[in-house]
Order: sequence, then structure tokens, then C-alpha cells
Amino acid sequence: MIARLSLRSAAVGAALALSAALVAATGGSPAAALRALYQGSLADPTAWTATLLYVAPLLLVAAGACVSARSGMFNIGQEGQVLIGALAGAWVALRLAVGGPVLVVCVLVCAALAGGAWAGLSALMYRWRGVDVVVSTLLMTFVAQQVVAFAVTTPWLLQESRVGDAAVSAQSNRLPAGALLGSFGEYPGLAVNCGLVLAVVAAVLVAVALDRTRWGFRLTMLGRNEIAARHAGVRVARLGGAALAVSGGLAGLAGAVLLTSPVGANRLQPGMSVGVGWDGLLVALVARNRPLLALPVALLFGALRAGGGFLAATGVPPYLVDVVKALLVLAFVVVGRARDAGER
Amino acid sequence: MLESVDTILSSGVRLTAPLAFAACGEYVAERAGTMNISVEAMMLSAAYGSVATASATGSATTGLLAGVLVGMVVGWVHGNLSHRLALNTFVVGLVLNALALGLTSYLITVSTLDSQRPSQASILLLLGIAPLTWWLVERSRWGLELRASGEDPRSAAVTGIRVDARRRQALLWCGALAGLGGAYLAVGEVGSFNQNMTAGRGYLVIAAVIFGAWRLGRTLLGCAVFGLADALRLALPALGVTLNSQVLVAAPYLLALLAMLSFRTSSRAPRALRQG
Repeated sequence: MIARLSLRSAAVGAALALSAALVAATGGSPAAALRALYQGSLADPTAWTATLLYVAPLLLVAAGACVSARSGMFNIGQEGQVLIGALAGAWVALRLAVGGPVLVVCVLVCAALAGGAWAGLSALMYRWRGVDVVVSTLLMTFVAQQVVAFAVTTPWLLQESRVGDAAVSAQSNRLPAGALLGSFGEYPGLAVNCGLVLAVVAAVLVAVALDRTRWGFRLTMLGRNEIAARHAGVRVARLGGAALAVSGGLAGLAGAVLLTSPVGANRLQPGMSVGVGWDGLLVALVARNRPLLALPVALLFGALRAGGGFLAATGVPPYLVDVVKALLVLAFVVVGRARDAGER
Repeated sequence: MLESVDTILSSGVRLTAPLAFAACGEYVAERAGTMNISVEAMMLSAAYGSVATASATGSATTGLLAGVLVGMVVGWVHGNLSHRLALNTFVVGLVLNALALGLTSYLITVSTLDSQRPSQASILLLLGIAPLTWWLVERSRWGLELRASGEDPRSAAVTGIRVDARRRQALLWCGALAGLGGAYLAVGEVGSFNQNMTAGRGYLVIAAVIFGAWRLGRTLLGCAVFGLADALRLALPALGVTLNSQVLVAAPYLLALLAMLSFRTSSRAPRALRQG
């Protein structure tokens, strides 16, 4: 246990040292960068608020990634599923004539269904023609990006309506206030958005479902050995497809949270997923597909995102956080592998 | 009308070239049994490396060579992580793509690189590289062992082929050519580097190899189709055609998916690829 921890901290240390060396080599001050990162992410309640806004979608995507990875149907198309979820959520929010909390629920449910359906297409292709799931989910991401781009540049779909002579951009109208997720607390202090509550609940539910139910047991068995699972009476195609749809659904939900929480512009925009789908996948990788472990990892990644915005003042490019993230993930997967090999 | 056809064709060729170089590499990696998604990382980091070198030395040729080297470094890292430490190749690819994007974005922000006059590096290089790749894979002993590693790694190992070594070598080849593709894009066509310059061209290359059903000729044909589609998209406004360009951007991915859905294509995939 201690050996594991020390190996992990050595890996994290190496990743951070490399990042610091990069900053120093390019004429920046690592200490100042670290201070800025801390101030933007964890120093005061306002910073925590910003961090937690990012944690929610990251955690949702990661929880979904845990489900699909456990079942052996490795889904890497979350970035696209997030966008499709946001697209469906925006359409419902702008077109459905209901008010109050019903609308919020409709937005969330439809986003989850759309994300699940998008991932479900890959499951269908796998079942029908044996198309590799990893490849099809990856390719579908780029199709999804164009679907959203099409929706926000097509007036009869979701492009914003023209006001007077003002030029219209490639984005949707602002969502009505009734469709937005509320927050506890108030702005200058700590405000916790409902999206975070949703994400934590989802992560706990996924953890329970994976580790404490028959469904989760079958899923894990399928992921470990498909042939054995088939012989044990698991309906492989149905269960694998369900796992993929659940992971897509959670990614779609993350899209709805991005859309309706104060983290974005509350509009459907082509770039609104801001890499949350890719990052959420990395969170699950670091957490080794354990939804509860994904919680602290998502907090770390959210803090890096929020802190990245504060780097500009120090003269260090905000892209530093992307380098740090990638190096951290690399360190964790390499250490995880070395550990597995050592135990064998 | 003829003039615009001419414009589209010539810009199509320029847009095809980087894809075609990288596809020659990706084809080899996939035939050896690695579904290599870090081809995006190879192209992007090579694009930066080539411009940085060209800017420092003032020579575009040195820049191209540096791009090849940078691509090989990425391929070497990928090979060692996934075929020595046995990490999942998709995990390695995702991380390398994220790292390359972050690192090049960071470096281009802190450094100022001279903009070069694009030196039209000869696309004729492809006329040498494509046949060489085909010969290596289909006719040489090394290629036979490579294909065996991709089709049936266990049997290959039993007959004494060093499967992991072959796959690492295939990734080096892939890195070199994907690096050449990225460098060609940066030094040969644009003359400078901008953030996320390859913008997903690596994924396009993967789509081309799938569309080509893991045969080199069809793969290159796929690259040409994708390049022309891109040229058409860029030319549409000038032609006065109003068509939503999204269909054209999404077309390569849809074509690749359709190709995989057709039964004959998927049965041609190297068998090791299907085991993930």
C-alpha cells in the first residue's frame, strides 16, 4: 500500500516537475503559475464556485465512461455525445412550451436520451456488422460536431433569430430563464449549482450499480471475458449495448449541464463542449474506472480548468493546464500498468 | 467554369498531400495490428517542430526532416507504451493527442516563429513513398511478419516473429510519414504554425484507411476524395453556391462508417484490430 502510494506520488511529482521545467524553460515562473492556478481554483469561495461548475460535467462524463469501460465496450466518443445532448436540450428548451421545473426536467431527460441514442447507434453498428465500437464512437464525434454546426447555422432549426439588422452568429437563442439549473448560495460567496448535485448522485448511483447489483456483476463479467459471460447466460449484445447507451446518456446529461448552468453562455454553440468529453474520459482513466474515485480526480481537473483562466496574468499561456493534465494522466496510466505487472 | 474546376483540383491536390503521406504510415501501423489514433499527435507536433526548425535554420528542407524526426519520436513513445508496457493503444493515443495539442499550443504562444515563404516541397515524394510502402508491406519479409502480427499475433509469436517489435517498428514508420505529412502541411503549404493547425486531419487519415479497407490503393483514393471534398467546401462561396458545408466536412467520417458497415470491408480488417 505504501509502495503504491509512493509510486503514485513519484509519478505525480515527475509530471509536475516536467511541467514546471517547461514553464521555467520558456521564461515563466513556475511558482507564480502555481499561485495563479491555486488562486483561480481553490483560494476562495468564488474560485471554488468556478471549479465546481466544471466538476459537474466532467464527473458525469467520467461516470458514464466507467460504465462502458467496465463492460469492455470502450466508448471514446463522449465529446460528440456531450454535443448531441446539448443540442437536444437546447431544442427542447427553446421549442417546448412548458414552464417551471417541468421544463428543466424535460431538458435534462431529452439530453440524456439523445446522448444515449447517439452512443446506441455505435452499439447497433457493432451488433449488426461488427463495427468496432471504439472506432465508430470516435468517428461519430466528428459527425456530431457537424450536426451541431448545421443546427446553429440553419434558421429553421436552432440559429438565433434576427433582431433588426444585427448580424446573426452561429449559435442558438439564449435559453429561457425557466430552463436553467438553479444554484444554492449566492454569487460573491460559494454557489453550488444543481448540476453538481446531479453529477454526484449519478456517480454514486453508477458506483452502486456497478459494484452492488447483479447488473453490474454481469457487466464486469462481460468486460473481463465475453465468452465466459455468454456461457453464464449473459445476453451479451443487449447488456453491452445498454452499457454503451448509459455512458452516452450520462455524456448527454453533461451536455445539458454545460448548457443550462452558468459555466457557459446558456446558448447552443458549436464549441460549447470545450473538450469536456475528452477530459471526462481522461478523468475515468486516472480513476481506473471507479466512479467514486472519479470524484476527487474530477475536482482536480475542474480546478485546473478554472485555474487556467488565471494564468494569463502571469504571462504563462493557459494551455499549460492541458500539458499538466496530459502528463498527469500519462503518469497515472504508466504507474497503474507497472503496478499490475508487479502484482502478477 | 473550367477555371474553377482547375482551382478546385489544384487546391484538392494540396489538401490531399498531407493526408496521403500520413495515410501511408497509418496503413502500416494498422496492418501490424495497432489502431493508431495518435497519428493526430504525430502530425500536429511534427507541424510545430518543422516550422520551429525551419524558422531557426532558415531552411525548409531541414524543417521537413525535423518534422519526420518529431513524428518518429511520438511513434517511438506510443510503441513503447503500448507494445512494451502493454498499455491500451487507445488510451495511449488519447493521452498523446491531448499532450501534443496542449504542448504545441503552449509553445506557439510563448515563442515567435518567423513566417516562411511556403516552399512547395515536391508532392512527387509521394510517388516514391507510396510504392515503397506497398512493397515493404506486401512483398518484403519484414512486411510478411508485420501482416502476420496484425492478423494473428499468437500464431505469429509461435513461429518466432517478435510481434511487439514489429508493431513498434510499424509505429516508427507511421510516425515518420505522419510527421512528413504534418511538416508538409506546415512548411510546404502554409509556411507558419497556428494553434491546432492539423485540426483533426489525423482522424481523417484513420477514416481514409478504414474507407480503403486496409488496402493502400483504396486508402490513397480515399485521401484524394476527402481532399477534394475539402477543396470543394472552400470553393463553394466563390462559386456562388449556397450549400451547407457541414455535409462535406462530415462526409469522410460518414463514408468510413458506411464502408465499415458494408460486410466485405469489415472482413478485410486485420484481425488483431478487432480485439481492441
